[in-house]
Amino acid sequence: MTTDFIPSNYLPVLIFFMIAAAFGFVTIIMGKLVRPQNPYREKALPYECGAPPISDARQPFPMRYYIIAMLFVLFDIEAVFMYPWAVVFNDIGIYGLVEMGLFILVLVVGYVYAWGKGALEWD
Amino acid sequence: MELAMTVGLAVFQIAIVMGVVLLSVAYMTYAERKVLSFMQDRLGPMEVGPYGLLQPIADGLKLFFKEDIIPSSANKLIFAIAPIICLVPALIGFAVMPYNETYAAFGGEAGVISDLNVGLLYILAFASVGTYGVILAGWSSNSKYAMLGGLRCGAQIISYELALGLSIVGVLLLSGSLSLREITMAQDGGFWHWNILLQPVAFVTYVISAVAETNRLPFDMPEAESELVAGFFTEYTGMRFAFFFLAEYANMILVCCLASVLFLGGYEAPMEFLNFIPGFIWLAIKTWALLFFFIWIRGTFPRVRFDQLMKFGWKVLIPITLANILFTALGVYIYNN
Amino acid sequence: MMQVLFYYMAAVTVVSSVLTVTLKQPVYNVLALLTMFFHVAGLYVLLNAEFLAVVQIIVYAGAILVLYLFVLMLLNLRSDARHMHRQWPFAVLILGSVAAMLVGAFAGGGFGGEIGQYSTAYIDSLGGDTQAIGLTLYTDYLLPFEVASLVLLVAMVGAIVLTKKGLVDDQVED
Repeated sequence: MTTDFIPSNYLPVLIFFMIAAAFGFVTIIMGKLVRPQNPYREKALPYECGAPPISDARQPFPMRYYIIAMLFVLFDIEAVFMYPWAVVFNDIGIYGLVEMGLFILVLVVGYVYAWGKGALEWD
Repeated sequence: MELAMTVGLAVFQIAIVMGVVLLSVAYMTYAERKVLSFMQDRLGPMEVGPYGLLQPIADGLKLFFKEDIIPSSANKLIFAIAPIICLVPALIGFAVMPYNETYAAFGGEAGVISDLNVGLLYILAFASVGTYGVILAGWSSNSKYAMLGGLRCGAQIISYELALGLSIVGVLLLSGSLSLREITMAQDGGFWHWNILLQPVAFVTYVISAVAETNRLPFDMPEAESELVAGFFTEYTGMRFAFFFLAEYANMILVCCLASVLFLGGYEAPMEFLNFIPGFIWLAIKTWALLFFFIWIRGTFPRVRFDQLMKFGWKVLIPITLANILFTALGVYIYNN
Repeated sequence: MMQVLFYYMAAVTVVSSVLTVTLKQPVYNVLALLTMFFHVAGLYVLLNAEFLAVVQIIVYAGAILVLYLFVLMLLNLRSDARHMHRQWPFAVLILGSVAAMLVGAFAGGGFGGEIGQYSTAYIDSLGGDTQAIGLTLYTDYLLPFEVASLVLLVAMVGAIVLTKKGLVDDQVED
């Protein structure tokens, strides 16, 4: 059966994943046997230049990060559209050029809008 | 039987690749300290072994024997696994890296652990998963520096990942494949076939985004020690700290290796008559040349500000990469007709 | 082998989806969702749809879920106080009817549908599903592709309009 073909390519990847994860866990667990373990209150406090920490660290942060993440999602999807296009570009020729031109044009409209509205500013 | 052979071959290659990567990481830290020292007219590590050559091993052992401190206010589970979430993607990206011409081993064909049809996207996919380790480490530490570092790092990585992803589209247009082995083989026959000559702009944007993506100076906002102590891994000690370090250097080697494959012909020799030198040595030379470049810019440039960094990524790199894609497509079309 | 892998992927997908909506700590929900995305990608691989598998990870795990994580941090939800909020009867109603519909459809012989020219062998002859998707999307389905760009444009404008307040005064939102 041909359906066995591609998944078998992923078997080495799966093995690699397991070996890499095992490397991580085993190293940390093995270290437990030899490393000292002497926690006390002051040592376990979060670092704040020596002074006792004030208030919770998990405070709300500026909106910009959220906007950047949002724009990233959209641009990332656009980028994903470009990969199959680039791969088959030689077969589709001028059509491909024109339609990707249009696609990028629409994208640039949104990009210019974002720029104009100050979504890309950081000051 | 077939399965046993596949598994045997895979384990054999994984052992080689992982061994080489971990060794390179260790000696990358050494090389970095040495090169920086020479640039600053110092000697760098000299005490452990001849010329300090055993320094990385001493450092590794020291970290292994250090106490593993978990802050009392941390989310213990996430704090414990975040370094591993960071490390694993950095290592398994090498699964699709063609490190040599095909050679026979274990009754199969070796030269790359697994030549996926979508190898390039596979690397991008796992690079994006590494972001979780960083953000979660920052969040779970429940420390202000770690939190700020994690957030900055998240925003920085996603912004430059975009530029990185867009700069490789030009290469795809030339090679017509996402398989890294096919991209390498398309650059066969001497350095004038390498993609860097046809895609110089993409190469430059790729390298800049790669530096930012791996949080290296001058773009090391997430761990800017003068502002954020050590950024997202401020609270980490011992082996868990070492894992973030390993992940950072492994990522650096990964992006340099990928740059060699995409733009510098991977394991192909620059001239036909140099073919007698095995492919993996060529790949190592190219990768280390790029790694040297990484250290060089660290020794040369001051750190940029975070707002400059984000503005540069979104306002300069992305328009350039988009324009490069359209021009490359136009060029490919004209060349074909 | 394939069967075992399929059942493993399917079981983990189901379990982690349930965990995504039942765990109380929002960050654990994100991790459960991440696990689910990976196993769905695994299902795509078993179906020989490599491109979809990596895109699943790049877009969902690498972009959308990172956005979720940012939102969680932005709102600083420690544990969802509204864990069992009042909308659950509606949720049960909607889920129940969807489940009933699916069971009915499968009991009636599945969704059927004709098998087109895109057999596994045909896709392999094109060089993989990336090529197959490229060749169909950019020739036969040109219009949906361009419409997709408009949808993305609308999303981009919408995102900026909705967050304009945050842009203008650059204040910490709460």
